[in-house]
This record gives sequence, C-alpha cells and structure tokens, in this order.
Amino acid sequence: MTDPIRVFLVDDHALFRSGVRAELDRSVPDLTVVGEAGSVDEAVAGIRHIKPDVVLLDVHMPDGGGAEVLRQLRPELPDVVFLALSVSDAAEDVIAVIRAGARGYVTKTISGRELADAVHRVKSGDAVFSPRLAGFVLDVFSDRPGAAPPGDPELDLLTRRERDVLRLLARGYAYKEIAGELFISVKTVETHVSSVLRKTQLSNRYELSRWASDRRLV
Amino acid sequence: MDGVTSSAPAAPVRARPPLARRRNGRFLAGVAGGVADHLGVDVLWVRVGFVVLTVFVSGSGAIAYGLLWVFVKQEQADVARTAGRAERQQAFGLAALGVGAGLAANALGNSVVGWVVGPLGVAAAGAALVWREADESQRRRWTAGARSGITGMSGSGRTALLRVVAGAVFVAAGIGVFLLGQLQLGQVQFALLAVVATLVGVGVITVPWWLKLVRDLGEERRERIVEAERAEIAAHLHDSVLQTLALIQRQSDQPREVLRLARGQERELRHWLYGASGYGRVGRAGEPGLDTGLSAAITTAAAEVEDTYAIDVRPVVVGDRPLDDDLRALVLAAREAMVNAAKHAKVTEVSVYVEVEPGEVHVFVRDRGVGFDADDVPGDRHGLADSVHGRMERHGGTVRLRSTPGEGTEVQLRMPVAEAEQESGQ
Repeated sequence: MTDPIRVFLVDDHALFRSGVRAELDRSVPDLTVVGEAGSVDEAVAGIRHIKPDVVLLDVHMPDGGGAEVLRQLRPELPDVVFLALSVSDAAEDVIAVIRAGARGYVTKTISGRELADAVHRVKSGDAVFSPRLAGFVLDVFSDRPGAAPPGDPELDLLTRRERDVLRLLARGYAYKEIAGELFISVKTVETHVSSVLRKTQLSNRYELSRWASDRRLV
Repeated sequence: MDGVTSSAPAAPVRARPPLARRRNGRFLAGVAGGVADHLGVDVLWVRVGFVVLTVFVSGSGAIAYGLLWVFVKQEQADVARTAGRAERQQAFGLAALGVGAGLAANALGNSVVGWVVGPLGVAAAGAALVWREADESQRRRWTAGARSGITGMSGSGRTALLRVVAGAVFVAAGIGVFLLGQLQLGQVQFALLAVVATLVGVGVITVPWWLKLVRDLGEERRERIVEAERAEIAAHLHDSVLQTLALIQRQSDQPREVLRLARGQERELRHWLYGASGYGRVGRAGEPGLDTGLSAAITTAAAEVEDTYAIDVRPVVVGDRPLDDDLRALVLAAREAMVNAAKHAKVTEVSVYVEVEPGEVHVFVRDRGVGFDADDVPGDRHGLADSVHGRMERHGGTVRLRSTPGEGTEVQLRMPVAEAEQESGQ
C-alpha cells in the first residue's frame, strides 16, 4: 500500500475541524490529518511549513476566507491540491473558490466516506464537482438568448460531450455510471470534467467574471 | 438540447465610466479630465471647449466648469496618472490664450467677457483656491483612511489656512471691485447690494462645507440601513436556530425527527440567505417574481417531500421560467416521482435535476434505492407511474422510467414549452 495522503484542515470552527478529523481518522485508514488551522494567517504559515498533499479549505473565514489562502499560496506551492469545503451553496462562493484555484467543491453535509473519495480524486489530479456545482457551471455556460458572445471559443464554450457529462453529474450519476451511460471510459469522463474545471477557472464569460469580481478575485 | 443556438448576440456594450473628477494628473479641479474620461475623448479637446465657451459664449464655459466642480464628486480610487510636460504646457498655453482672447473681447466692448476677465475673474480665482483646498483636504482624509470627522478643512497646516484666507480675500475683493466699477447708485442701494454681495461671497466660499455636510448625511443614512439589515439577520438567525436546537434536545431519542428538524432548519436558513429572494440576492440579478417561477416551485415541492418523509431531496435547477399550466403539471408529476422514491426506494437521498431549455423542460428524479423490474411491477407502484404518466400526457409531455433492481430508479420527465415566452421571461 502506498503512503497515506497527508491532509491539512482549514476551518475557523474548531468543532467542525475536530469532527472531520475524527471521522477521517476513524473510517479512512489511508488518509492522515497532518495539521489544521483556524484562520487565514495560520493556514498560510502551516501549509507553507508542512506542505501537505491535500488541503481541505473552508470558504468562509474572517480576513478573506479560502480564496485568500489560495491567492497567497497557489503561486509558490503549485503541488498542493486544494479542495473547498463549505456550508454555503451560493453560486458566487462556489465559483469564486474554483476560480481561485481549488480543484473541487463539496458541501459540509458530505459523509466521511464520500469526503475521502473526493480527497483521493483531487489528489490523483481529478476535479470534484458536486451535482450543485455542475448545475451552476451549466447555468453559467448556457447559451441564453441575449447573452454576451463568447470572447474566446476555446475557453468560453463547453463541448457537447462536456455538457452531457455535466448534465449527468448534476443528475447525481457517479463517474462509472456516466461512463456506462455515454459509452466512454471512466478515464474519458475524468478528462472531460478536468477540462470543464479548466474552463471554469480561466474563462472570461461575463457571469464568471462578474461573480469573481464581486469577490475581488480578478 | 443543441447548445450552439447562435442567437444573434448583442454587441458588447463597454460601460462608460461614471462622471467623476480626476484626482491625479489634474491642473485645477480635474473636471476636464473627468469629462474626457466619461466621454472617451482626449482631455485637450475638453479644455479647448471650456475656453472657447468662456470667451465666445459670455463666460458660460467658466460657469459650467464651476458647476461641474461643485456637483461632480472626486473619484475615490487612487488612479495613478501623471500629466506630462507637454500636457502641462498645453494647458497653460490654453489658459493664457483664453485670458488674452478675453481681454481682446473686452477691448472690443464685450462687457460680459470683460467681467469674467476682470474683477469677477479675481473672485472666481479666489473661489477656485478655496474649493481646491477643500478637494485637497478630502483627498488627505481618504489617503489617511481614517475619518477625521468634523475637521473639514482645518488641521492641514498653515499653508492650507493661508490658501483659504487668500481665496476669501480674492472673492471679497473681486466682488467689491465689480460692484464699485459697474454701478453708480445711492447710499441705501449700495449698502443693500454690499450685503447681498457679502452673502454671495460667503456662500461661494462655503460651498465645499455644505456639500460635505449633505454627502456625509447621505453616507450616514446608508450605513444606518446596512446596520439595521444586519441586526435583522442576526435576530432571525438566532431566533430560528435556537428554537430548532431546543426542539432537537427535547426529541433526542427520535433520530428520525431530529434529522427532519435539522434538515428543515438548514433549508430555511439556506433559502433565507441564498434563495431567489433571499438576503444574498438583494440588489443582484433583480428578477422580480422568480419566487413564483419553476425553480421555486420545484424547491418547494422537494421541501414538502423532505418534511413528510424525512429524507434528503436536493434539487439542482439550471435556468428558470414563469410557471404556466403545463409547468405546474410538470412540478406535480415531479413531486409524485419524489414521493414515490421516498416511499418505496428505501433510500435517504433523492437527486432532482431540472434543466430549462429554449424549447423544453427536463426533470430527472433519481434514487439509488432498491429499484424494480419492469416486468414485475408491484401494484401500487404501477398506479403511481400511471398518475405521473396521465398528468404529463394531458399536457403534451412524456415520461420515461428506468429502473434496475438493486441499483435504483430514475424518472425522466420532459415538457415542451413555447419558445417565445422563454425570451420574454428573461
């Protein structure tokens, strides 16, 4: 068996941190929690020092929240993977952390087992889209009448296949089920999801930039 | 389903920056620069315009400049701009040209221009000195970050005081000379006019204070509103959360009830904070009546099923449109499908996905429960499927049912909708 994945927790609620830590330690043997932080400054210092594999990052914290941690650390630690974890389901929050560089977004109601799966998945380079995030992204990239024209088709439009994959994600399908439904391999599903993540992070579509600029990310 | 409906998109409108006086790279008050930024033209043309208006249209350029100075705010952002040497020379050249042309016009007998260049010009220069000092003090306040409160123009050193006094003297002298030079009147009339002139002078000099007073008042009112809103949120949050916590403690021996309470509270708060008409949406998107749209109806239906059967129903809705009879039928059918899953699938979670497309609306209700074999449908389930079918078909929709024993069930509903209405609903 390979080395356990080293996980760092960032959340301003101590109660929630200890809950996640207990759940991960108890139910998932191949993850170890190597550190935790309760504020942006603590998180930046701790992650810099420990260099964990995966950071579970709360979106809402005083002093800028998860997006601020990402802003400070992404350039110097490109190998550390961030997975956003939040109670909020507001579109702005979800899109904001994704655009700041998180590889995925899950809500705090997720079970320990699912959380461990998500950690594994982002660690291996995949993106993690909850059904709701898939819905948001579909919404942002939809061609409404009167929407602003795409500036860069490569980034501002989803391919038909990517749309199909996102739709199935939003319907609650697992990767394996999506692969079966569309007659493609799980690997191909992962490729499509990663490509959608890239577009969500880099596209200048009006709605995306609006949400991002509301949070002062660009 | 075809995502590439290239509906002749409107050309992107580049928003015009709002009219604001420049803070940096200005000569007098940044009015010309601000107007140039707003109109998107070169600042030189704006300056030429002001001078031409002043000289040839009875001084209206100077009056317009003064009014803009008073009523247009300084830009708050500290945009780095430096005026080059050439621009500096251009501006001074223009000013000199303006004065020269004014004097010439005066010599030719245009008395209005004569006033502007003469004593009234002196008064205007004095007012400019005072107002500019007020701008400076406002800038210093912004730079210092702290709101120094009522200090106004004081507290910025002796030079500032000197400038203000000099400005006041200029204004007084200008108005005085103007009166003496232009009018020959009796003593009483002269005294009256002197009083009026003094009042005008004081008014002109104190314009910045008045403005500051009015703007600060508006600012304070805005802050008070925000504060009240925050207090209301806190009160609502505390009240409802504390109630739920109390209920949970009392029913802690009934996990099903606790789950239902917690989920219900979560949903209520979420709707309140992030919902279509919730706090998080105030002042954004601004689509009135969305609460009565398809999205809200589906969310409400999901909430009812959650409450009744103590399971998780998490709807994801892409797009929205106003409800009509067909869509109401669709929502009811979707609700039946959710109830069906809650009753028979033996799961704790049901996914609902709704997508509004130009010509049709799709709803998918999916569970990972026990599923069933299409050939071996239990009587009650069959009946439910029929009621969903009947409802949909009466409104021109279709139903597809997919189920595998042990893997779960998915009900797929499709309802065609008129395309024109979709656009008007935007």
